Amino acid sequence: MNIQEYFELVWTDYTLRTITLGTAVLGAICGMLGSFAVLRKQSLLGDAISHAALPGIALAFLITGVKDSGVLLLGALVSGLIGTFWIRGITSKTHLKSDTALGLILSIFFGFGMLLLTFIQKQPNANQAGLDKYLFGQAATLVESDVLLMIIVTGISLLVMLLFWKEFKILLFDADYTKTLGFNTKFIDVLITFLIVLAIVLGLQTVGVVLMSAILLAPAAAARQWTNNLSTMVLLAALIGAFSGVFGTAISASQSNLSTGPVIVLVAGVFVLFSFIFSPKRGLLFREIRFRKNRTDLKLMKTLQFMYDIAQDHENISHPHAIRILNNFQGYTRGSLKKLETEGWISINGQQWAMTAEGYKQAQEMYNQKAVNE
Amino acid sequence: MENQKLAVQIDDLTVAYNYKPVLWDIDLSVPEGVLMAIVGPNGAGKSTLIKTILGIIKPIAGSVSIYGKPYSKHRKLVAYVPQKGSVDWDFPTTALDVVMMGTYGSLGWIKRPGQKEKKIALESMEKVGMLAYKNRQISQLSGGQQQRVFLARALAQDASIYFMDEPLQGVDATTEIAIINILKELRKAGKTVIVVHHDLQTVPEYFDWVTFLNVKKIATGPVKEIFNDDNLTKTYGINYKVAVNK
Repeated sequence: MNIQEYFELVWTDYTLRTITLGTAVLGAICGMLGSFAVLRKQSLLGDAISHAALPGIALAFLITGVKDSGVLLLGALVSGLIGTFWIRGITSKTHLKSDTALGLILSIFFGFGMLLLTFIQKQPNANQAGLDKYLFGQAATLVESDVLLMIIVTGISLLVMLLFWKEFKILLFDADYTKTLGFNTKFIDVLITFLIVLAIVLGLQTVGVVLMSAILLAPAAAARQWTNNLSTMVLLAALIGAFSGVFGTAISASQSNLSTGPVIVLVAGVFVLFSFIFSPKRGLLFREIRFRKNRTDLKLMKTLQFMYDIAQDHENISHPHAIRILNNFQGYTRGSLKKLETEGWISINGQQWAMTAEGYKQAQEMYNQKAVNE
Repeated sequence: MENQKLAVQIDDLTVAYNYKPVLWDIDLSVPEGVLMAIVGPNGAGKSTLIKTILGIIKPIAGSVSIYGKPYSKHRKLVAYVPQKGSVDWDFPTTALDVVMMGTYGSLGWIKRPGQKEKKIALESMEKVGMLAYKNRQISQLSGGQQQRVFLARALAQDASIYFMDEPLQGVDATTEIAIINILKELRKAGKTVIVVHHDLQTVPEYFDWVTFLNVKKIATGPVKEIFNDDNLTKTYGINYKVAVNK
């Protein structure tokens, strides 16, 4: 199957349609909520939560003995939430900084989860196989009920987000100030964190514990490059996430032996790379172009300033001078002289240049920076 | 002055971070309508005092009242200008949007800001001379402009008492004069303004009331009466030569 065939089949084939819809919805909710994580500078929280969810999956299986994804994800949710609150507890009750708390919880929970997984694998229960798919995810195991759950949770998250948009925004920008206005910042904080945990848990089956934070952060990081507006950023991150999901699934379905989760993450990574380089305001490419242009402009103005100093010594400012006398000033080139002429600031006549009235005025005002309003 | 209403009253306030007292047994009364500077060396607890009054930091003992009631009851009478450096100015939003946040408190939960709130925000921006920058991304504002945006946000709260944490820090002379003029306008309108201030030289010129703080309260009262070498020495520990009498 090639990609074209995939996009023809996706409308009719049940499995393909389910998986594609699932990864698209997952990408959207993760992009949306990931924006909040990125703006709160809690990017690593996602990584810690997803790792902290692993023992929950294993324990849920040990207790119930069933491998139903709903039950396992509930276990993941509980253990992810416990991990999150312990992280918050460690940061607020001890002298340890948040990176230490995140690292501790991540590795301890993940270690415990791995221990439980190996224990389960040694069990004679034939049902045990396949729990390790939660490590790297397996989109192929998505069924309709999983996708339905994703859609419901995404819908609820969207609703909560729209309802508390104002509160979310002000908390992200200035938490202390929010408190003085009388908002219960702890409630808003817990609400945002809870939604992020939900999104992560939803993605465990598809993308897995290890790569989950990438799908949370990459769309948001890419979206931030393109806009200075919070709502646009969240929307764009959701779109990039959804597109990464669909395109990642398409690539992985059209090749054999490419697992979906890592491909989705790589597609999102390409978005990030592209955005870092090509975004017009914050991208590296345009920054370099602006830098070069500024440098050329500056050179031009320096040359003009030098000419101005010479012209000042004469009664007639447009008195012609030999180009040669610019030789003790190193900053000019034939190109910059030509450019000065096209600007109408000097006139060139053979080997002579003369300042125009306009150029004189320009040079005079160079240091008079006027307040520039939009 | 005796009959004047008290805008802020603090009794026996003690705040500690990990057993180390930051504020020790503070009693402080601020009469209504003064423009007050809080001065003291680094680590004296100036910002902590404001944050405790506003309920951001919990004290281990003592009480604060705003016009005779706890802060939570009189929240709408109070506006706050935090230190400029306390937020990330690369946040994706515009100057107008930040000023609009000043109206969120009176809006309450869930309700969205509308035309009325926008009008309030625009008026506040005009007062601080930032109207021309209303659609600017906040990261593209200069330090002085960011400070004015914070001031406008507090003005949008339309409060009776304004708490400001170093509003003159890192701003140029023009902005400083502009901000001080706004503070004087507020006092003229009968508001109480409490400012954490660092530049001792300008205290007599800008303020009419002053509190000396260094973990303990050293003195509080009218600038004319208590802004002298004695109190400065007690607060800063060294003989501080300041031109007090103009």
